[in-house]
Amino acid sequence: MSQATAVSQPTQRIVAVVGNPNCGKSALFNALTGLRQKVANYPGATVERRSGDLDDVASLTLIDLPGAYSLTPRSADEEVTRQVVTGTHDIEAQPDAILSVVDATNLAQHLRFVLELRDLGMPMVVALNMTDLAARERISIDVDALSAKLGVPVIETVAVRKKGLDSLKDVVAKAVLAPPPAPMDIGPTVRERQIAARKIASAVTISEGIGHKTTRQLDRVLLNPVIGPITLFGLLFLMFQAVFSWATPPQDLIEAGIGALQSGLANTLPDGLLLSFFNDGILAGVGAVVVFLPQILILFLFILVLESTGYMARAAFIMDRLMASVGLNGRAFIPLLSSFACAIPGIMAARAIANERDRLTTILIAPLMTCSARLPVYTVIISAFIPNRDVGGFGLQGLVMFALYIAGILAALVVAAVLKRTVAQGKADTFMLELPKYQSPNLRFVLIGLYERSRVFLRRAGTIILASTVILWLFAIYPVAPEGSTQPDIAYSFVGIIGNALEVIFAPIGFNWEISVALVPGMAAREVAVAALGTVYSLSGSEEMIEAGLVSVLNSAWSLPTALSFLAWFVFAPQCLSTIAVTRRETGGWKWPGFMVAYLFALAYGASFITYRLASYLLG
Amino acid sequence: MPPSHSNVPLGTCTPGFSGTITSFSPNADAETASIIDRLREMGFSEDLGVEVLHQNPFGKDPIAVKVGSMTLALRRAEANLIEVVPT
Repeated sequence: MSQATAVSQPTQRIVAVVGNPNCGKSALFNALTGLRQKVANYPGATVERRSGDLDDVASLTLIDLPGAYSLTPRSADEEVTRQVVTGTHDIEAQPDAILSVVDATNLAQHLRFVLELRDLGMPMVVALNMTDLAARERISIDVDALSAKLGVPVIETVAVRKKGLDSLKDVVAKAVLAPPPAPMDIGPTVRERQIAARKIASAVTISEGIGHKTTRQLDRVLLNPVIGPITLFGLLFLMFQAVFSWATPPQDLIEAGIGALQSGLANTLPDGLLLSFFNDGILAGVGAVVVFLPQILILFLFILVLESTGYMARAAFIMDRLMASVGLNGRAFIPLLSSFACAIPGIMAARAIANERDRLTTILIAPLMTCSARLPVYTVIISAFIPNRDVGGFGLQGLVMFALYIAGILAALVVAAVLKRTVAQGKADTFMLELPKYQSPNLRFVLIGLYERSRVFLRRAGTIILASTVILWLFAIYPVAPEGSTQPDIAYSFVGIIGNALEVIFAPIGFNWEISVALVPGMAAREVAVAALGTVYSLSGSEEMIEAGLVSVLNSAWSLPTALSFLAWFVFAPQCLSTIAVTRRETGGWKWPGFMVAYLFALAYGASFITYRLASYLLG
Repeated sequence: MPPSHSNVPLGTCTPGFSGTITSFSPNADAETASIIDRLREMGFSEDLGVEVLHQNPFGKDPIAVKVGSMTLALRRAEANLIEVVPT
């Protein structure tokens, strides 16, 4: 089946873009395909299937495979690459040709992989990338000689400046029809390939380089025993500060826009079901979520820029020791940092961790990192219940938010340590990581990442969140209240019935029926809980209450212990079906997602119970 | 062939060390052999110059090593599989 599935037309040919990590492969892929690329699911680092038609040559589809050092896979990531190029992948067709990307400043090292790929017996083109950097480092390579030695076309490119792309496209278009290169007699071991690669590299290198000076100088500062960690933690602090302060103006704008829409509708439409559907259902629900787009984009902006400059690998290097103390690997730092934006790309980025046990532990604790979907929940509750006071120069609201982040991180560390001693026991993993050259952030890479991110988020708001909001609204309207009822209509609806049933379970942790019922659609995604609360209270409250907004509604409807218990719940509760689904996919079964959901709900219930009881006791 | 007298495992070196790779740990079981293959794939190879540039600020492990034109980070346990001679 592998030959047929991915080919849409008979003439459609597939070219796999393959190369070592840090060869500029993704930049080249971006430059060749532009915005017509399709990213399946979520973009993180290059752990996903990216494909796109080649500019001007629509009959050629490029697929960007995860960076790999060889075809002997050491991680789930590299396994994908091996399976695709050898034609053993479950759903991906074997490509018709390979575009092998090589860093011109590191020729001998990257040629070893080229030789291994060449042995697959497929048509092949080599893109000698980063030739601008090579020139700056005074490295000079005889391209014709290299092409002659390898027996395949070699094209010089500078992906970030779109140099050499036209000739590359022409050559690739011809190469897919050309016969594969004649086999070379090198031998099967890494050592033999290494020797052959170095021989070729030294034969075609006209002048050796002087090395990347800037990288050395920057590392002297950024990996300095004192300044290094300070810079890293400073950057993280700045990142979280920015998420809250920079996002405020655009958020206010979005909120004002939604408010204007609501009052506009209220003025034009007659009071009734249709108006309620738009205002209480769609706008109150979806609007409560869309407002967080700016925060999510700022978080991803930081992560993409750090990734693009090469700093992320340094962060992993600095964090390795600390993470090793709870049995994790420095490589887990990148997935876990991404999880602050969203656990899904984080869980997928864990593919780069070679050791299965380490990868599993990372996946299981990723949902404890406070993802951006929790921001709506935290923000609403904090603004409703925590006074905006100054405590020792810091805002109390900000401190509470910070404490919630810390609670998640501490819980993750404890859980990791426990898991490593119990279910995920095993030998310590190796930590080997290339620290790539520093580069100024690639604007294109960052913008495409942000564009993808907004698209995914808005699509989610327009589908899952919209659908659950509409269903909730329907269930909250029907069945209608009997004549002469004393309670608000919603109490007689399905939502009221379900909420009252669930309240039995949640009453011990201080949740009323409105909260209990909001948790149900909140399983789809955390932020839906806010949307659901918006809808439930919007339908059960008076007009004046709705005018005042969700914050003041909650303030009068909940006690402080209930609010704190609700916050504690959201630190732990696995209220995100997508996370559970991606965990199932990444761990290959229901065992680990089942375990994850169970332990997180247990933690959530326990933490909320303690919080509620303690707060009730302390507050009399 | 036993390593010559001046050979040291790379994992024992501190920042500032500069030398040449002479060999990889010879008495390797299957698992260690696979790690050595990985070290080669990452860019370590006989006769290449190495330089220990940095070590982890919190516990001196892992280390960052310049080999050829690249910088690689690895834990000392794995670095010990690489024999180097100072220059």
